Amino acid sequence: MNSILAFYYSSIGKKVLMSLTGLFLIVFLVEHLIGNLLLFANDSGKMYEAYGDFLVSNPVIRFIEIFLFLGVIVHAILGVILWIKNRKTRPVKYKYFRLKDNSPLASRTTIWTGIVIGIFLYIHLKSFFIPSRFTSQKVSSYELVMHAFSNPWYDLFYLIALLVLGYHLRHGFQSAFQTLGLRNKTYAPFLDMLAFIFWFLIPVGFAAIPVYFFFYHQAVSTMIMGVH
Amino acid sequence: MNFTLKIWRQKNQKDAGRFEMYEVQNISPDASFLEMLDVLNNQLVLQDRDPVAFDHDCREGICGSCGLMINGRAHGPGRKQATCDVRMRIFDDGQELVIEPWRAKPFPVIKDLVVDRTAMDRIMQAGGFISARTGGAPDANSTPVTKENAEESMDAAACIGCGACIAACPNSSAMLFVAAKVSQFALLPQGQIERKERVQKMVIQMDKEGFGNCSNNYACEAECPKGILVTHIARLNREFLRAKLV
Repeated sequence: MNSILAFYYSSIGKKVLMSLTGLFLIVFLVEHLIGNLLLFANDSGKMYEAYGDFLVSNPVIRFIEIFLFLGVIVHAILGVILWIKNRKTRPVKYKYFRLKDNSPLASRTTIWTGIVIGIFLYIHLKSFFIPSRFTSQKVSSYELVMHAFSNPWYDLFYLIALLVLGYHLRHGFQSAFQTLGLRNKTYAPFLDMLAFIFWFLIPVGFAAIPVYFFFYHQAVSTMIMGVH
Repeated sequence: MNFTLKIWRQKNQKDAGRFEMYEVQNISPDASFLEMLDVLNNQLVLQDRDPVAFDHDCREGICGSCGLMINGRAHGPGRKQATCDVRMRIFDDGQELVIEPWRAKPFPVIKDLVVDRTAMDRIMQAGGFISARTGGAPDANSTPVTKENAEESMDAAACIGCGACIAACPNSSAMLFVAAKVSQFALLPQGQIERKERVQKMVIQMDKEGFGNCSNNYACEAECPKGILVTHIARLNREFLRAKLV
């Protein structure tokens, strides 16, 4: 137990926890996106709703869900702790410090992109997770999605949040492997390729959903107007 | 060439310190940055003023003594250069140069541009050594080392311990320095005896000194005068995990 505590108190130990929770959340994103792609099935949401019912009723999923929330909380709290600790390491600041000449912006803004993702997560859970999981009467998750994404401001907020998520992962994905000691000369080019999927393709995949439903909704309403 | 210098002056550790402006004229474009400061100090001595204190020794980029923050960059704007390697021709004539000491909590200013870097020595004392008897020069070939490991180890051993990685890091993290030292020994057979102990002790000492946590910005690699790569940081992490878990 003592050595576990010592590991946590070491700078590398905290970072390892940070990267493991980060990678766990990234794996969840993959699952989440694959599930969400059912929205495009063109069956008025039958498959998507079946998938949603499965998630809510399956005990294994419910069990993993606990770890998912724990993962988010640990990742966020540790991120803030590390940020505060790091801020204290230079009491007298440089008058002139040109970090932008030698390090990417994404690597220095994870705390801010992380906070935006946190706000997004709160709104996201409030509009989708809580109604389908905790309300007694049956709500159609497909209608929930349709309704939410008919609002252009809500869509815009989603797109910005996903852009920020991509930027967060731009640094986070490779950083996690560096911290776990897996980024060496042999793996680095492969990891950078893999990183592209995570910081680019996955956010784009998620972004397709509000865009699709916004135009779908527009199309449906013009059709109804046309009938009248 | 002429320059306007904005230099951090601080009498001692307790002094608050402030910037002072100086002018230097007729500097040769081929002069090194330290030679330019020598010219300034000659002027100051002739005027009976206190010369600017700065660290220097070999002036050929191998001792790790010199180290200045020049216009917001550790060892100036170039790559793979110590402050003594910087030539004045890379700046514009008449340019203002802001010169600051390394800044980090574990690097208190002693005077002007000289900082106390003994925190790095204490990290070395914690584990940056081997106890294996390596014998004299002829014995070197009696312990075979693969070429890859020898090269990689020597690349890490190129670290001169100047502290630029720490000065350039937004978190004042000493990971590149510690990584270079840990890598250097972990890759050689002579370093195996204390391999697990070394990495743990050096990391503990690093944390104790108050250096920050690495956030993989890689600003250290960009500013390292010896071109130490951040892949050594990955190895340090790996060595630490191996020591803790295996």
